[in-house]
Amino acid sequence: MAIDKKTVAHIARLSRLAVGEDELAGYAEQLSEILAAAEQLAKLDTEGVEPTAHAIPVHNVFREDVVRDSMPKEKVLANGPDVAEGMFKVPRILEEE
Amino acid sequence: MSLFALTAHELQEKLKTREITAVELLEDVYRRVDSAEPAVQAYISLHQEKALAQAEAADDRLAAGSAAVGTGIPTAIKDNISVAGVRNTCGSQILADYVPPYNATVAEKLLAAGVSVIGKTNMDEFAMGSSTENSGFHVTRNPWDLSKVPGGSSGGSAAAVAAGEAVWALGSDTGGSIRQPAALCGIVGLKPTYGLVSRYGLVAFASSLDQIGPLTKDVTDCALLLQIIAGHDHLDSSSVVRDVPDYLAFLRNSVQGLRVGVPKEYFGEGLNSEVRSAVEKAIAQYEDLGAEVVEVSLPHTEYALSTYYLIAPAEASSNLARYDGVRYGYRDREAKDTVSMFMQTRGQGFGAEVKRRIMLGTYALSAGYYDAYYKKAQSVRTLIRQDFDQAFAQCDVIISPTTPTTAFAIGEKAAEPMEMYLSDIYTVTVNLAGLPGISVPCGLDSKGMPIGLQLIGRHFAEGQLLQAAYAYEQAAGSHLLRAPLEVKANG
Repeated sequence: MAIDKKTVAHIARLSRLAVGEDELAGYAEQLSEILAAAEQLAKLDTEGVEPTAHAIPVHNVFREDVVRDSMPKEKVLANGPDVAEGMFKVPRILEEE
Repeated sequence: MSLFALTAHELQEKLKTREITAVELLEDVYRRVDSAEPAVQAYISLHQEKALAQAEAADDRLAAGSAAVGTGIPTAIKDNISVAGVRNTCGSQILADYVPPYNATVAEKLLAAGVSVIGKTNMDEFAMGSSTENSGFHVTRNPWDLSKVPGGSSGGSAAAVAAGEAVWALGSDTGGSIRQPAALCGIVGLKPTYGLVSRYGLVAFASSLDQIGPLTKDVTDCALLLQIIAGHDHLDSSSVVRDVPDYLAFLRNSVQGLRVGVPKEYFGEGLNSEVRSAVEKAIAQYEDLGAEVVEVSLPHTEYALSTYYLIAPAEASSNLARYDGVRYGYRDREAKDTVSMFMQTRGQGFGAEVKRRIMLGTYALSAGYYDAYYKKAQSVRTLIRQDFDQAFAQCDVIISPTTPTTAFAIGEKAAEPMEMYLSDIYTVTVNLAGLPGISVPCGLDSKGMPIGLQLIGRHFAEGQLLQAAYAYEQAAGSHLLRAPLEVKANG
């Protein structure tokens, strides 16, 4: 499956990655090469083969629902790039009316 | 005598008998760091003051007779394993200033054992790479030859141990990231069974494959360090509830009658002839030791790399969605709306390989391609797992080279992602199947570069794996080799 520049731009947008116009061709070529190698999997008949998500079967893990200490707010906020009034600040999300 | 060249178990004896103190040991290792680090550059950050306080506390414990395994041992930790109050960059500019507010469970256990944390080691960004050249900070050099890569992604941890800049280290392994650099740097590296070691506090790359494990100078140290970090943790729901055996006790057992499986698919095209003959010599050594060598087949091996390079990026694309510049890490401050803030932050904060894998994973998971790529890869993963089930019906451990070649030159594969991926060809299957795998030094090639031997065991059979590795190591004496790194002493 060959990936063109337009597809790279689309995947970059889906991935929330700003990718420069000048980088699109390089990524297109590399991703195409990797996906071309992955095409070999199509040769294998996997009809009826159960997919493996985890090599060690992991089942739902339960614990008692008990109240425990949580992390203090100042520790949670300490790494925030922009913090105000005990909250993470981000650029405006809603348009002005 | 140079303490930095000794193993943890040797040093532990000297500490217990008070021949040396933990502070003296720490100072000796830091002197080595001072002289070797300008050439090797294994670390992203060093924490001498904290380490000194830890060594002083270790001496108190040693004096009081309350020392544990690991007390006073200078330790390096890969920079994707959280240590509270210490920068955890993951080799990425996007986390350049991130300071975790809590300890990873393995860090908690090491600190409780009383180790001194020398520093956090360099790595390929988000553990994506096989040479540590993808670090967002600097390139680490192989202590055996400074023009060569140390392997990756735990290249900093491997180089630190090989250079004597730490006695032992922790790394993480998603597709070979402990075993491959251990092989290239001439040390021991173990990827435990998926679920044996808690991943709480490890920055997630590919959650169904990631495991934390030891990088050490010999198999005995590997058993000791694994003993400290193994065990169930309620903070990691993928960690498995089961008793952890005494790993050291296994080392006394002989390999008489042990069935060693040789998978023919791991000795095919692309394997360097010197690596091949070193591994064949090791197989003969096992026969001399009384093991039974049997040929086994892992027929889906040729599909493993493609499977891995769909599953790992798919999981990474999901895990790395959290780096959005909101709660921690780098943020682009120019953006006027949130979506452009996300895009600019991630576009500037991530390096090329990380972006490549996020896009690859996003594509493999996207509508219309999910079945053809991701689900297909998961089905092939089942076939790969079944290959091992069938092989382990005929043998107890599987033997192979760790890598197809010895360390390659810095820059040699940096521009060719597919070339770089090939160096994981013998290690990725182990992660896909969730098995334990160990790399043990297996001599040197004609250029004096270390060769690694890989042993693969059944799920949770680390004891047997360490036993097999130890028997070979003691017979071959390969654990006694040290990197011939000569650096100017300071002053």
